[in-house]
Amino acid sequence: MAQPAIKVENVSVLFNLNNEKIDNLKEYFIKFVTRKLHYNEFWALRDISFTVEKSDRVGILGFNGAGKSTLLKVVSGVLKPTKGNVEVHGVIAPMLELGAGFDMNYSGHENIYLYGATMGYPRKFIQERYDEIVKFSELEKFIDVPVKNYSSGMKARLGFAIASAVDPEVLILDEVLSVGDTKFRTKSEKKIVSMFDKGVTVLFVSHNTDQVRRICNKAIILDKGRLIAQGEVNEICDKYAELAAEKKK
Amino acid sequence: MKKYFRNFYKYRYLLYEIVRKNIKLQYRDSFLGILWTFLQPLLTTIVLVIVFGNLLGKDSSKVLNYPVYLLCGRLLYDFYSQSTKRAMRSIKNSASVIKKVYVPKYMYPLANVLSVFVTFLISLVVLVLFIAYFLIFSPNKPNITPYVFLAFIPIGILFILCLGVGLILCTLEVFFKDVEYLYDVFCMLLFYMTPIVYRIEQLKIENEWIMRLFMANPLYSIVNMFRDCVLFGQMININHLLYSLAFSVTMLVIGVVVFARKQDKFILHI
Repeated sequence: MAQPAIKVENVSVLFNLNNEKIDNLKEYFIKFVTRKLHYNEFWALRDISFTVEKSDRVGILGFNGAGKSTLLKVVSGVLKPTKGNVEVHGVIAPMLELGAGFDMNYSGHENIYLYGATMGYPRKFIQERYDEIVKFSELEKFIDVPVKNYSSGMKARLGFAIASAVDPEVLILDEVLSVGDTKFRTKSEKKIVSMFDKGVTVLFVSHNTDQVRRICNKAIILDKGRLIAQGEVNEICDKYAELAAEKKK
Repeated sequence: MKKYFRNFYKYRYLLYEIVRKNIKLQYRDSFLGILWTFLQPLLTTIVLVIVFGNLLGKDSSKVLNYPVYLLCGRLLYDFYSQSTKRAMRSIKNSASVIKKVYVPKYMYPLANVLSVFVTFLISLVVLVLFIAYFLIFSPNKPNITPYVFLAFIPIGILFILCLGVGLILCTLEVFFKDVEYLYDVFCMLLFYMTPIVYRIEQLKIENEWIMRLFMANPLYSIVNMFRDCVLFGQMININHLLYSLAFSVTMLVIGVVVFARKQDKFILHI
């Protein structure tokens, strides 16, 4: 059998939530001496295990604070889990926040290369895809303008165009399809669907169950850091709708 | 171990792009652009020569080319203080990337030291111009001998030192912002502790312990070696070489260990 694309084993993440952030020596020292250096411990994820087969598209559902974004951060390698481990096979394109790697003083043109390098791609590789990226982002007129003068929609468009142009094997989407206008949203959804044919594996976070049903074939539900259900997308989405209705009461 | 090298190899373009970005952005929007890499040390050295030249530049025992002497010290000191300060802030300044995308985090301090290193190398042109000028027009010429080619040794050691100190500082900075202010004061102290504008003989230190304190400063050894190569035209002092190399490598080892042990916690604090 083929290797699974993503394998998450018994992953737990512990956050130390300080009541107030201590970032200077004096406070640290005083609190240390007076033994007030206690933390509020908080498990953002508890013992999560699941596997994603190649070219599966998994929707992650959950209410606010359920640990969805934390899970994506762990899978994309930004955050090390406190316990357990994660294996990912293939090239990841993280889209946790579009345009996070941009430098505001750099022009769109320069940022394309910088963002590409942040994902580990050489200049030449990006050069070959440069025209495609610019065309998709529809920023031909503004490509030499510093990104600080872009609107948030423009930044998101450019970020999406770069991240989707590199033919990733694993795509990690954190509510990215909720940015931009309807036209761009439809366009990027189309782009993602077109990548399915190439066998891309997707992890997709959204509150919108309709969107999850359209894009994904499987889904999981997280609640307060625990994995409470996984299975086929329609079944899970129905269950999520029930849960949501229950919460409303 | 092999895994780390492969990862570095994969992200080498990032290193290149950050260095490129830092250099490009540093002088963007300024009228003279990259020319400032020459002009800045040139003008500040002229100011220092005017201020201290009469006071400290006169040396009865030895005919000294004070402007070249001063420029050697200043260029090395500037590289040290700028690269470590920029490396110190590098992790915090890249918080938006580090929080959202996986990148090897050491790339940021490394790239910042490297980009200051590149501008330092460009500014060495000023030193070459200074030396050329004084070789032609001045009675007390700098003594240029084949030893000048050994100048890469103090520069290399200084690079190791900066990288090590930078790694330590950026780790501390993530947890305690005070470091930034303390380090500014420390750098000022270092400027006066290092014989840049004066010669150590001029201080006439008699207390053995104070003398040792001055000698313990690795910049003292490095600056001395550099001057031996490019100004006095003599072989570098082997004690200076061994001491500064040992000091710098120790710093680098401490830096790498501290950074590697704490880097997974960065994201929770930035």
